[in-house]
Amino acid sequence: LDPARFFAASRLVIVAGKGGVGKTVVSATLARAAAIVGLSTLVIEVEGKSGLATMFGQQQLDYAEATLSAGGGPSAEGEVRARTLTPDEALLDYLHDHGLSRISKRLVASGALDVVATAAPGIKDILILGKVKQLERSGAADLIVLDAPAAGHAITFLQAARALLDTVRVGPINAQANEVLQMLTDHQRCRVILVTLPEETPVNELVDTAFSLEDKVGIGLAPVVVNGIYDEIAGIGADPRQAAEAAGTSLRSGEAEALAAAAAFRRDRTELQVEQVARLAEQLPLAQIRLPFVFTTEIGPTELDDLARRLLAEIDALPEAV
Amino acid sequence: MPAPSLRELVEQRRILVCCGTGGVGKTTTAAVLALEAARAGRRAVVVTIDPAKRLADALGLEGLTGTPSKIDGDWPGELWALMLDTKSTFDDLVVANASTPEQGERILQNRFYRNISGALSGTQEYMAMEKLYELNQQRDFDLVVVDTPPTRNALDFIDAPRRLSRFLDHRLFRMITAPGRGIAKAVNVAAQAFIRTVARVVGAEVIDDAVAFFQAFEGMEEGFRRRADAVLGLLSDDDTAFVLVASPRRDTIAEARYFAEKLGDANIRVRALIVNRMHPAFGEGLGEVARERATTLEGTDLGGLYRNLAEFRLVASREEENLAGLAEAVAPAPVVRVPFLSSDVHDLEGLSELAGLML
Repeated sequence: LDPARFFAASRLVIVAGKGGVGKTVVSATLARAAAIVGLSTLVIEVEGKSGLATMFGQQQLDYAEATLSAGGGPSAEGEVRARTLTPDEALLDYLHDHGLSRISKRLVASGALDVVATAAPGIKDILILGKVKQLERSGAADLIVLDAPAAGHAITFLQAARALLDTVRVGPINAQANEVLQMLTDHQRCRVILVTLPEETPVNELVDTAFSLEDKVGIGLAPVVVNGIYDEIAGIGADPRQAAEAAGTSLRSGEAEALAAAAAFRRDRTELQVEQVARLAEQLPLAQIRLPFVFTTEIGPTELDDLARRLLAEIDALPEAV
Repeated sequence: MPAPSLRELVEQRRILVCCGTGGVGKTTTAAVLALEAARAGRRAVVVTIDPAKRLADALGLEGLTGTPSKIDGDWPGELWALMLDTKSTFDDLVVANASTPEQGERILQNRFYRNISGALSGTQEYMAMEKLYELNQQRDFDLVVVDTPPTRNALDFIDAPRRLSRFLDHRLFRMITAPGRGIAKAVNVAAQAFIRTVARVVGAEVIDDAVAFFQAFEGMEEGFRRRADAVLGLLSDDDTAFVLVASPRRDTIAEARYFAEKLGDANIRVRALIVNRMHPAFGEGLGEVARERATTLEGTDLGGLYRNLAEFRLVASREEENLAGLAEAVAPAPVVRVPFLSSDVHDLEGLSELAGLML
């Protein structure tokens, strides 16, 4: 599958998954990959602090849009921009757009938003998704990547529109929820990319989330991303002492044991990963994009570039029909 | 006097609160600590928030019950587990604080109230603390281990009880629900106008529900406030220990550090730091040296073996570097490193294995 076509399938891509599976890394990787093929991308963070900006070697994000990597250059790359979205700020924007600036400050400062949000659950989510919809409609970028809240909450978050329609039957919020729902259920406009690790619990959660999103929200699912797969290394099945002999060298004391233990660890983990990837394929009929485990504790621009190129290669290898 | 070890905390304290951000293994860690207390002969109960299905099965948790269920096993003490049911915990609290059964019933039936447990931020955190308080009061257990919801902001759950009582005491709605009380009347008119505007946006029905709720709640705020204070008092009690759970990824460590600072601001000290999923380093050698060997030997089996060893050693040393600052920030609390295992944990046997590594 041509990456340009993959990214053109919908302007909005929502990245969701359980905490700790690397949702933000995948969001950044998607954005970087889209930039490499020449698309301008906007990443939206909804959970406040995240490591997104540092992956691009930049400072923390806020509500104002910031450029994480400039486009252009010899290969005509697209730019990557990013911003955060919080309910309070989205509410101020919303009230401003609806000619209600006068009451907006008071609504937030008095805590009345909490009261209203409790009376009509999902209102905070709708404020955020409404703002996303506005950005999507106005074509704020070729690709908009929304780094969604952690899994359990992702379902509630994306279900908010439908739930709210039952509570708020008239008025502007109702209209807003309707428009958000239209966007979410239109597969030409919006798709969800679910992220998991090749481990039992995250795979189970991903499968549950996938079915919930399809059944309860009617949202389109793009290929899933399996993150953190150990790359194959040739030779780790060999016995260290024999391998040293074959290479015409010798090992210091303790070295053979360390090499053997590390190799056994990787083989065991790889075996588990293969099992979980196969189980996921069996339980969920969606194409898989596999990203490698990066042997570091922090993803920076170099690692992100590598991941983006791996992602593009994986997309290339997908069947046309995805 | 040296700071108590994790084992001493498990064997001596009455309450352990496992806190930290999402995805770091809090639920599993809480279960391990309760299991270890049972193995030390104590009657222990673990309150879990959202266990993965297989762990829930292993703990005999088939659904939300709100009451502890006993897990049988080969240990001298007792191990009990329960999954937090936010709604029923809140219902119980309302009924206990209502001045008449009718008042309680009126609140439970209110649509706005029914939304609270799911929609008001901090409610789950508050109910976890409330359950903890209740279990501690009952004195059926020697140790209560509580898992906390995955929160980015530590204050969310320290602050939750107070935030909720503030919410229930919302001035704006008090003004509307108590019309005509002396000087409040003038303010009242302004408040009414404000609420009417809000109603235009979200619909009058929504506001009516809220007003009805605050009316039904009249007179119960004081009880809630006292309870919130009692819960907070319990959290800062000497018999309570906070266990911070983290993973060695750099961003998670940064969050854990921020978490520890915020707890400190609330005069709560972290008594132990548990870092899950630490990569094994396989011996003492340097990752860089192994990497050089891998490069020289590229293309041979030995080169592959060295590359693999180098990857693990490099990531392990990075993790140690990340950890250093956090360990210092929580000192003298012990730092417990739990290795990333070659298999996943989701049964009692796995929990025992983890316990062996943790304590």
